[in-house]
Amino acid sequence: MDDVRLRSRAPNARLWLAGGWLSLLLAAAILAPLIAPQDPLAQDLMFERLPPFWMQGSEPGFWLGTDSLGRDLLSRLIFGARIAFIVAFAAATAACLAGSTLGLVAGYFGGWADRIISRIVDVWMAFPPVLFAILLVAVLGTGLHSVIIAIAVIDWTRFCRVVRAEAMVQSRMDYVENARIAGFGRMGIMLREVLPNVLPSIVALLSLEMGIAVIVEAILSFVNLSISTDAPTWGGIIAEGRLSIHQAWWVLVFPLVTLFLTVLSFSQFGEGLKDRYDPVLR
Amino acid sequence: MSAAPCLEISNLSATLPSGMRVLRSVSLKIAPGEVHALVGESGAGKSMIGKAVLGVLPTSVRIVEGDMLLEGTRLGALSPKARRALIGARTALIPQDPLTALNPSRRIGPQITDRLIRILGWSASKAESRIRRLLDEVQIREPGRVVGCYPHELSGGMRQRVLIAAAFAAEPRLIVADEPTTALDVTVQKQILRLIADLQREHGTAILFVTHDLGVVAKISQKVSVLYAGMVVEEADTTALFAAPQHPYTRALMAATPRYTDPYASLLPVDAAVLAGLAGEVAEADRAWRPVHA
Repeated sequence: MDDVRLRSRAPNARLWLAGGWLSLLLAAAILAPLIAPQDPLAQDLMFERLPPFWMQGSEPGFWLGTDSLGRDLLSRLIFGARIAFIVAFAAATAACLAGSTLGLVAGYFGGWADRIISRIVDVWMAFPPVLFAILLVAVLGTGLHSVIIAIAVIDWTRFCRVVRAEAMVQSRMDYVENARIAGFGRMGIMLREVLPNVLPSIVALLSLEMGIAVIVEAILSFVNLSISTDAPTWGGIIAEGRLSIHQAWWVLVFPLVTLFLTVLSFSQFGEGLKDRYDPVLR
Repeated sequence: MSAAPCLEISNLSATLPSGMRVLRSVSLKIAPGEVHALVGESGAGKSMIGKAVLGVLPTSVRIVEGDMLLEGTRLGALSPKARRALIGARTALIPQDPLTALNPSRRIGPQITDRLIRILGWSASKAESRIRRLLDEVQIREPGRVVGCYPHELSGGMRQRVLIAAAFAAEPRLIVADEPTTALDVTVQKQILRLIADLQREHGTAILFVTHDLGVVAKISQKVSVLYAGMVVEEADTTALFAAPQHPYTRALMAATPRYTDPYASLLPVDAAVLAGLAGEVAEADRAWRPVHA
């Protein structure tokens, strides 16, 4: 008989690929001043629109080429990763805490708490999210803080909905009733019995939300509502690249690919984690 | 027995929001250390009585009349908190479905010692040694390994053993066993039943045994209440009931039990005349019934 506690399974490729890309990017973001080959803000009109290193006319030191103001694309992407990660972590965590708490309360307690919270969520979700974000940033003023607040304020509903549904399912399980019979209080049961079973979903959603936060930040900086215009944000670089697409495709393509891989990795990473740590699916 | 009954239910009625009664003036008495079976078809309100005793009725069901006395203490007279504390200390549940009755994300050990430590104030080491002994009593071979397992790592039968151990752990005076063998394999059913009977005898625990299986009733209980539509139609000692069932519905239920001695006999449904009689009884009970507070 094999040991039932052996939980090893085939290496989870998507977890490792996604995790690998995110770690690489995170390391680059943290070490940006040390590893970026150039100053991301330094303009040099002598070096404008240099192509990537494998093409004719590239200059050593400018690996992915330069934009129309001669700024090094790779350095800007690396520094842009900083902003992307700060927004992703802060905004997703804030949305997660607020949404999950309300969702857990609504799902477990039901009744009035559920009715009130669910109605608020319904109303909230009726706003078109991107317009809502633009409106919020317009009211709060541009800047990193506003972007983070806007994303959290908009996206907590996603957590609330999912966590509420999961908490409702778990609350009807016999083990919750059993804890009730044993004499545990409602709060204790919610935190000790229900929350751990909802946690895998929260983690998966948190990771997904980080990807969404990266996109929203890119959208806001694309329309120039994030932080100052020449700060290296991915959205800003994409906006810049769009203007010179015919002369310098790389300014548009590299940030797009980076953005795409990052968002994909966040969602795959979350799903991979869920599969790995969900005791029921395992 | 001179002592107060372990559980006494008198005239218990409960309604749905529509006003329909799901329990119709149910009365029953369980002496300390006695196994009292509740039989009836699905929807007869068997589990509802168990839930009412344990204080976990669905929120839509409301008790409108009657009393429940647990070892002489009137449950309805206690504050919700005191009631929870009393029920938590004196009773336990052996649930129907061992697959959902254990928290999937917690290890077995902490999950069942939690109650002893946090509710009853035992020391961790006392609770742990108690659980190991109980797991041993329910014939789990490696209690040391099992306490470190997650529920999904155990079979259904194993989980039910764990739940039985957990139910007996705090030496409750009353255990509600809610169809404890229904979700199990037929071969495992018999072992689990014998296990519950053995533990019950050793620990002297009274059991309210909810089942739809008359074969199980005959094996385990001293007394039986037959339920139909939330109404006790017959209550008797088990031996007397099987020797001479009084109510036509009880007789019909017995006739409907398939017998392995004659596997090709066709199954008998409950006779239409019996059902009509029951409907009449239910209607009459409802006519005579006036809720104390409307």
